Amino acid sequence: MKDKFKNALILFVTFLKIGAFTFGGGYAMIPIIEKEICEKHKWLRGEEILDIFAIAESTPGPIAINSATFVGYKVAGFFGAFCATFGVVLPSFVIISVISLVLKEFSEYKAVKYAFTGIRAGVLALVIKALVSMYKKCPKSLFGYILMGGAFILSAFTEINVIFIIIGCAVIGLVYSAVLRKRGKEI
Amino acid sequence: MSIFLEFLKLFLTFFRIGAFTFGGGYAMLPLIQDAVLQNKWLSEEAIVNFIAVSESTPGPFAINIATYVGMERGRALLDLPGGFLGAAVATLGVVLPSFIVILIVARVYKKFQESKTVKGCMNGLRPTVIGLIAAAVLNIGTTVFFPDGFSLSALNPYNIVVSLVIAVIGILLIFKKKIHPIILILISAALGIAAGFAGELIR
Repeated sequence: MKDKFKNALILFVTFLKIGAFTFGGGYAMIPIIEKEICEKHKWLRGEEILDIFAIAESTPGPIAINSATFVGYKVAGFFGAFCATFGVVLPSFVIISVISLVLKEFSEYKAVKYAFTGIRAGVLALVIKALVSMYKKCPKSLFGYILMGGAFILSAFTEINVIFIIIGCAVIGLVYSAVLRKRGKEI
Repeated sequence: MSIFLEFLKLFLTFFRIGAFTFGGGYAMLPLIQDAVLQNKWLSEEAIVNFIAVSESTPGPFAINIATYVGMERGRALLDLPGGFLGAAVATLGVVLPSFIVILIVARVYKKFQESKTVKGCMNGLRPTVIGLIAAAVLNIGTTVFFPDGFSLSALNPYNIVVSLVIAVIGILLIFKKKIHPIILILISAALGIAAGFAGELIR
């Protein structure tokens, strides 16, 4: 019992560090998790971390939260999951709360307004880069292209709620995979 | 509507966003744009500005944006204490679905990994998320080039040219030179300031 409490505390501190020092979250967290959880504390093996991230990808919720909760649970049960998740969230929460307090007043200055006009164009470049990287990682197929294009058109040019598009495409994926399996194709 | 219901709505909105986000990074962006613009909690311009803030501060984008939207919405409702309440409520909302789902999946994760249902859904979801993010990127592009809409009187050729130049420089730097996002943001800020004051001289 005492060990479990101690482990949960270490988890909290570890994920606090991860939350405070990784930019972007998600996969950027893997190297620190491997170093702290696998090498230093030997709580999990490297393959287990990869498994956890594979699952974090296919369960609802952002990867950063999913993987923190999962690692915490594997190491120290429910309390561990709570501590790890709380740890990864806390730095963001504090930093962003403080920033948003000053952001509005700050952005009244003319120079800051001009800066943000430039920054928005820079952000466009950043999100295009993120989009291209995601596209490169996605398995390609005709079926995939149709869904990609369909989701793009529905989201960009209609008022349909994004959530309905997501549910619809999950169902289509499910049915399509079942049909392929019936025809004896493995996908 | 009473204040309590407004905070409840904030919580439920972010709970839904958390529950329907698949993947990391910007996978949440389309859902955020949809909900935030529909409820008029923030402008699209504020969202794009915040992406830059989130890229320059540590922590996952999902948490950063939830905290930010919650803070802004809460302050509009109840000033500073409302801001912290809103931030807490939105962040809790976005985290909770993950937390619950993972606690369930962690017990049966071998089965989950082999599940044909999960694989099938993911076959549909992976390309869909990319299509949705592409639409979110299109929204951002529209905000960058046409911040005041498409009408002829709102068109600002100077802004369009400046933004185009900065975006192209940004794309070249990040794809070819692979510079860090923070450096790119600093460069775009400097170019934006220079272009803004130069624009005043021209006019």
